[in-house]
Amino acid sequence: MSLGRADVAHVARLARLALTEEELDLFTGQLATVLDHAADVAALDLSSVAPTAHPLPIRNVLRADEPRPGVDRDEVLAVAPDVEDGRFRVPRIVGEAP
Amino acid sequence: MTVTEDPRGAASTARQVRAGERSAVSVVDEALAAMSSGDREVHAFVTVTAERARAAAEAVDRTVAEGGDPGPLAGVPVALKDNLCTRGLPTSCGSRILSGWLPPYDATVVERLRGAGAVVVGKTNMDEFAMGSSTETSSFGVTRNPHDPERVPGGSSGGSAAAVAAGFVPLALGSDTGGSIRQPAAFCGVVGVKPTYGLVSRYGLVAFASSLDQIGPFAATVGDAALLLEVIAGHDPADSTSFGAPAPELGGVLGEGVAGLRVGYCTELVEGSAPDVVARVRGAADELAAAGAAVSEVSIPELRYGLSAYYLIAPAEASSNLARYDGVRYGLRVDAADVASMNTATRTAGFGPEVKRRIMLGTYALSAGYYDAYYGQAQRVRTLVIEAFARAYGKVDVLLGATAPTTAFRIGEKIDDPMAMYMSDVCTIPSNLAGHPAISVPFGSGDDGLPVGVQVLAPALGEAVMFRVAAALESRAPGAGAAR
Repeated sequence: MSLGRADVAHVARLARLALTEEELDLFTGQLATVLDHAADVAALDLSSVAPTAHPLPIRNVLRADEPRPGVDRDEVLAVAPDVEDGRFRVPRIVGEAP
Repeated sequence: MTVTEDPRGAASTARQVRAGERSAVSVVDEALAAMSSGDREVHAFVTVTAERARAAAEAVDRTVAEGGDPGPLAGVPVALKDNLCTRGLPTSCGSRILSGWLPPYDATVVERLRGAGAVVVGKTNMDEFAMGSSTETSSFGVTRNPHDPERVPGGSSGGSAAAVAAGFVPLALGSDTGGSIRQPAAFCGVVGVKPTYGLVSRYGLVAFASSLDQIGPFAATVGDAALLLEVIAGHDPADSTSFGAPAPELGGVLGEGVAGLRVGYCTELVEGSAPDVVARVRGAADELAAAGAAVSEVSIPELRYGLSAYYLIAPAEASSNLARYDGVRYGLRVDAADVASMNTATRTAGFGPEVKRRIMLGTYALSAGYYDAYYGQAQRVRTLVIEAFARAYGKVDVLLGATAPTTAFRIGEKIDDPMAMYMSDVCTIPSNLAGHPAISVPFGSGDDGLPVGVQVLAPALGEAVMFRVAAALESRAPGAGAAR
């Protein structure tokens, strides 16, 4: 289950990161080292152990549905990269590369 | 037992300001002056808020003059790690992708500090998005260890630790996901606390790994750290992981001593450490025994898997949390013809190498075909660690170990070797996996003369007993002679 260059290129694409050829080589080596270290964990037989997603038993929290002020819209939009008519503006979405 | 109190610390300062013996403005001006002369070398701060701080100090003084009480931290200067949101003040997490971002709200801890009369004097440097153990991955450049400018302050909350160690501020806040408060506290010779998961609201803390992140205090003394934790702890409806329980009373327990307490010297939290660090932890155990604690050796073999599990779980959560930096709503945007290209161009330019490494590691650990082998398996190890801790705490009240396996390393020493860097978190990670509290207390120095931290671990909501032991260690630490 050794990590290769193609795996790193794949996850970089999933994570929306563009890597140069040199970065691809560097990261492949470094990530493989970390995953090799994790081989001890991957090799354990833990089929009878339940996974823990969260350290403490915290249940969903509900509150009364009462309106209250949120963050100020103008303040939020003031720090956005691009806005138009009180909304976030982005480049075209339709027709993008698959 | 005598509790150590620093005459220039938070408790004494607040007492003087509340009594009108000293003005908050003079306290804050003194801190700002120390920062402006000393921080050129240390580089603990990325933003200094001189004008806001003076205005806040004036308000504290007015309250005192009018006969009111500004609160338990009246006029005390505090530094904030730059991943805590401050309304209208840059909050960048040491990342280019948030460079210049002005949050539209304050973190709950920031509101609590203000409510207690504390005065924020600046934001501190950190590893980018808290990913790192040396503060070297910050886009603002390195912070230097006040004990030796060639050494790292630790990380990721290195700026906050250095700000307290340099004497710029008596108190600072950091965040601890795998040791990011305790390890820099140990490297800089100050007290650092990771509270129980859920004790301190994380509303307004920029998320790294949500099942592990916790905000906590730095201080020069155990007593001041307890005072700060009392102020920031407690329920917050804005954080769904916040406990409903009231904040713990800590000030009263510090002087209770450790007679009759059961302390476990934890093999796995010491064994991989350098001999001089091991000697200090041994010395700490001996001091606690001399103070009346029942010290025994405890082995928890499951902790050996903690590091591997952490470096799958934390990156997995980070890869999800950091998906929000897409150039759409805030922070950096690098323009491109379509949205997907804009997202990629923005993230590629905005994140540094360590953050990219962790995002890719996490994406891989969560990806089809590897989820069970890596992420799923790490979650099961987390269960093993929690169950093993529970068995240990059936026999002892607290565990004792090293905070970090070495003293502060040299700047540049580990930055090109991620696995070596990750190893510096090996003693701190188990508490994050379990959601338990832990504290690092300065306890003498290593062969190189640099500070060594000893770590006290307790079960969930065991802060009171943890602080009792920490106060005893502080009073019996090498060089603390006067308090004995």
